[in-house]
Amino acid sequence: MRVPLSWLREYVDLPAGETGRDVAARLVRAGLEVETVEQLNADLKGPLVVGQVLSIEELSGFKKPIRHCFVNVGDANGTGEPQEIVCGATNFAVGDKVVVVLPGAVLPGPFPIAARQTYGQTSAGMICSARELGMGDDHNGIIVLESHHEPGTDAIELLQLVDEVLDIAVTPDRGYCLSMRGVAREAAAAYGLPLADPALLDVPPANSYGYPVKVADPVGCDRFVARTVTGVNPAAQSPIWLQRRLQKSGIRPISLTVDITNYVMLEVGQPLHAYDRNRVDGPIQVRRAQDGETITTLDGVQRKLAAEDLVICDNTGPIGIAGVMGGASTEILDAAAGPGTTEVIIEAAHFEAVTVARAAKRHKLPSEASKRFERGVDPEAARAAAQRAVDLLVLIAGGTAEAGVTDIAAPHPLRTIAIDADLPDRVAGTEYGRETVTRRLQEVGCTVAGADIAGADILQVTPPTWRPDLTDPYDLAEEVIRLEGYDNVPARMPTVPPGRGLTEAQRFHRRTGVALAGAGYVEVNNYPFVGEAALDALGFEKDDERRRTVKLVNPLSDEEPALRTTLLPGLLGALRRNIGRGNTDLAIFETGTVFLPKEELKVAPRLPVDRRPTAEQLASLDAALPDQPRRVAVALAGERLPSGWWGKGAGAGWADAVEAARTVARAAGVELTVRQVQRAPWHPGRCAELLVGERVVGYAGELHPRVIKALHLPERTSAMELDLDLLVADGTQRVSGPAVSSYPVATQDVALIVDSAVPAAEVEAALRDGAGELLEAIRLFDVFTGEQAGEGKKSLAYTLRFRATDRTLTADEASAARETAVAAATARTGAVLRGA
Amino acid sequence: MSAPNKSYDPVEVEALKPEEVERARDEAVAAFAAAGTLDELKQAKVAHTGDRSALSLANREIGALPPQAKAAAGKLIGQARGAVNKALAKRQVELEAERDARVLVEEAVDVTLPYDRTPRGARHPLTTLAERIEDTFVAMGYEVAEGPEVEAEWLNFDALNLGEDHPARSMQDTFFVQAPDGSADSGVVLRTQTSPVQARTLLDREPPVYVVCPGRVYRTDELDATHTPVFRQVEGLAVDEGITFADLKGTIELLVSKLIGDGLELRWRPSYFPFTEPSAEIDLQCFVCRGESVGNPDRPCRTCSSEGWIELGGCGVVNPRVLVACGVDPSRYSGFAFGLGLERILMNRHNVADMRDMVEGDVRFTLPFGMEI
Ligand SMILES: [Zn+2]
Repeated sequence: MRVPLSWLREYVDLPAGETGRDVAARLVRAGLEVETVEQLNADLKGPLVVGQVLSIEELSGFKKPIRHCFVNVGDANGTGEPQEIVCGATNFAVGDKVVVVLPGAVLPGPFPIAARQTYGQTSAGMICSARELGMGDDHNGIIVLESHHEPGTDAIELLQLVDEVLDIAVTPDRGYCLSMRGVAREAAAAYGLPLADPALLDVPPANSYGYPVKVADPVGCDRFVARTVTGVNPAAQSPIWLQRRLQKSGIRPISLTVDITNYVMLEVGQPLHAYDRNRVDGPIQVRRAQDGETITTLDGVQRKLAAEDLVICDNTGPIGIAGVMGGASTEILDAAAGPGTTEVIIEAAHFEAVTVARAAKRHKLPSEASKRFERGVDPEAARAAAQRAVDLLVLIAGGTAEAGVTDIAAPHPLRTIAIDADLPDRVAGTEYGRETVTRRLQEVGCTVAGADIAGADILQVTPPTWRPDLTDPYDLAEEVIRLEGYDNVPARMPTVPPGRGLTEAQRFHRRTGVALAGAGYVEVNNYPFVGEAALDALGFEKDDERRRTVKLVNPLSDEEPALRTTLLPGLLGALRRNIGRGNTDLAIFETGTVFLPKEELKVAPRLPVDRRPTAEQLASLDAALPDQPRRVAVALAGERLPSGWWGKGAGAGWADAVEAARTVARAAGVELTVRQVQRAPWHPGRCAELLVGERVVGYAGELHPRVIKALHLPERTSAMELDLDLLVADGTQRVSGPAVSSYPVATQDVALIVDSAVPAAEVEAALRDGAGELLEAIRLFDVFTGEQAGEGKKSLAYTLRFRATDRTLTADEASAARETAVAAATARTGAVLRGA
Repeated sequence: MSAPNKSYDPVEVEALKPEEVERARDEAVAAFAAAGTLDELKQAKVAHTGDRSALSLANREIGALPPQAKAAAGKLIGQARGAVNKALAKRQVELEAERDARVLVEEAVDVTLPYDRTPRGARHPLTTLAERIEDTFVAMGYEVAEGPEVEAEWLNFDALNLGEDHPARSMQDTFFVQAPDGSADSGVVLRTQTSPVQARTLLDREPPVYVVCPGRVYRTDELDATHTPVFRQVEGLAVDEGITFADLKGTIELLVSKLIGDGLELRWRPSYFPFTEPSAEIDLQCFVCRGESVGNPDRPCRTCSSEGWIELGGCGVVNPRVLVACGVDPSRYSGFAFGLGLERILMNRHNVADMRDMVEGDVRFTLPFGMEI
């Protein structure tokens, strides 16, 4: 809602020196979101005056028509002599009243005016167009004023050129502030000044000879006022003040009748519609649309109506979508295009908010009218608004008001709300007192009963008709608190009972981030949106369960209509983006949820809100949601350990990805085991399945070369993805402190030859089991294949550290343990001692 | 070696003549002093203290002396050998010190060489910012609650007093999840706020409830410098007996002073949210211009667009209807709730000009933030 300050002052006698910013600050504190305060023509400087054209000499010999004029500007030029001005426009005649800017003035731009020589003549000023005066871009031609203005009159004042406009974003609960009347009421309350309510008008009572109207749906339309005006001059133009107010409010002047309906809507908040009476066929009817009905709306679009649409009809069918937009067939006609409209029906109706909201949404037609009806219009403003429009048509358009007044009103019982007088105190945590509460409620337009009864602690409050949002005592408490000012509410700290701190899972999630960042990974956050292309690039088979996704109805991009089932597409995208920007050695990680549809897909019901839903009802909500486990993933490319003056580095590879998983597992306090496996998108020979016990918790390894190629990633790019929820579930065991032996260690090395296909993890497990409890630690220190190991074999060299807790081990004891370890490895993996 | 001889006279034994012993002693001391390296000293040591050295040979002669002469000769040799060993030890220490000094000089390196062998990592500043806010509240006694990002419409809207036709429901441009039949009527959305977590918490436990709910939320905005369709919020909820707007103010003021610092004014602006009443927007005085850019075209401020204020978030007293829908008795309990947008706070607290930097995952953006902010 754009509110010109000059217009606002008409209803509230604001202090003279108060600027737009001052007023905005007050309104902001009262809860209106003033987004900007626009300064109109702040740099404009006169003299800018009314002039009368005395003579016009058409100059020839130039590329375009040029006029050499003398203009009477009264005494504004100091001499009273005619002002000599050269002008390039032609839409004025001798005797016309125009707007003249004189030397010394500054037009918006800034554009200083001085006398100059042009087209061989002296030009001491300019005859102005609307555009030059910052009055909108509508026309290029000269402004021709009505003839009654005196030459020499200050035109800055006359055209209301200098003003401030407050642009207010109106929240949905404050529909009444989509009008000057509503904003003025807030300003009056904010300044403690009286309000001159523009809706307080004398209106003749309804009678039986108004335009016939039948409301078939009193729920959708509980008020319908119709008035008629005849003898309207179709050629009449809107006066400057009316045009200016519309322009400043952001509405383009169109024709006098339409301008008046818009003006009244801005003034009192009641959307109006004007019909050309001669084009309306028979009585007006308000009803729901019938299937198959259509209407061509004012914007020239033919629309199919839905049965739920509320429509205004005549004998021919729908002539308007209620509260949204009128129809073309009964539109007011301009005099410029043939015989214009001379007889007008003014409609001022009240439509149900939901009905209008749905229709506007269905037809994608958000209009000034629908915006207001959706947020609630004062049903009692209809009569006054219609009267105001009639008055203006009579006053400006030379019309005659017909005596008939149609006013169909469904009963509109007033709500009375009982409120504890101290409820605002209890909500705010301060003391206002009953008098303040009463006064503030009256300021917003409520009637307050019970305030006079001494000691009464309950107030009976009747909210005004323009505040449909005030429905319960808390709504009223809010009004009191906001008008008293949030700044005046004290600050206090609640007494919070001791909490449990972070949960194990939350602490683990933090440790995960710290551990990975400590290991050199940089955290990224990616959008969870994916499309088929991303899943194809990862090489998922047609029946891969990761292709079963949660899909969006209205995705940002049709290419990515689904939610991720793996973190990898986003993470690899971020990797590539970094590489594209010249970051070559990368290790990044992401934690976040993936979205896995349940076996059975369900719809979440809409539960009641007037009580707590049952446990079954709540379970039915969760049953409709996908599983949303939390995952962590890493991706690496380039050098994991850079080369440098210290020597050669090491490229990132599958082992780093596996190690990242172990890093996370260590943060969870669990031991990961690793199994060789084949799974997309990993290299079939370089993919590790990660397990805790027998449960698979993730995968790691080098990406498949095809995936690397499809995603334009560097060779050997590696990745890991792990389910954090599964780790937490297993990660809550308490560690018991080991007894640290101070006896000396006995170290034994052993080199084993095994088939290449035997996993090292199995050999190590066998050695561990076979070595028994004397084994303190085992470490693989060398792996090689080739001639020395033998065809299809590999050599694994381990260091075994033996130690007892109660004695120094003899060499024989250590050797015996080593032998049983080797024996176990031989039995389980076919390992043979190297050199044996 | 001479055979024992009864009439043996030490002065008659050439090697044991005092002047000979002194000469051998002086030669040894001079040789040590002359040794310039530890190797030379070692050679001198062998020559002058070894088995074949003059003093050793002289020492051996003592055995052959008559008993009455042994003592004097022994003393003579002992003193000489003592002096020689002392000189040797002294020179040894000197030369070792010289060698050590030389070696350490040779081993010197350029310690200014760069060393980036260990890759550096970092956590995303939005993560660590959320943690910092969580920690502030956990220290007060709050708990951290989490909930699903794909959420039931009922929890995201209805339970929060946003009925189907509520205008506020269209204010938030919502991603809708497809129903099994492909329609939009799944009753499931991407949550537009973390408030459903508050509803879940209230449905889950009895008051008093003091929780903060961090998380990702979704709105159908296009990504630009100041908007992202996926962003982060931290919401807070307190439901207890006697909770008031004043408690909300105190809590937010404390958070702001912990998070951003003291000395900046807060502005409490009445606003509208369906789930709170009264509702407020909290504005923080611009910490760059402190409001001096307002109406002052000569001093424009990019941080606050010369408005003087920066929006922190929304808050209010929990609407009793929300309590009812969550099974909490509004005649006994009241509450407050607030929601903060983390991207906005990060932009302001750390001078991040473009929200896209938080989204794109460029490691150069994230690295400077380290492990904590
Ligand atoms: Zn600023």
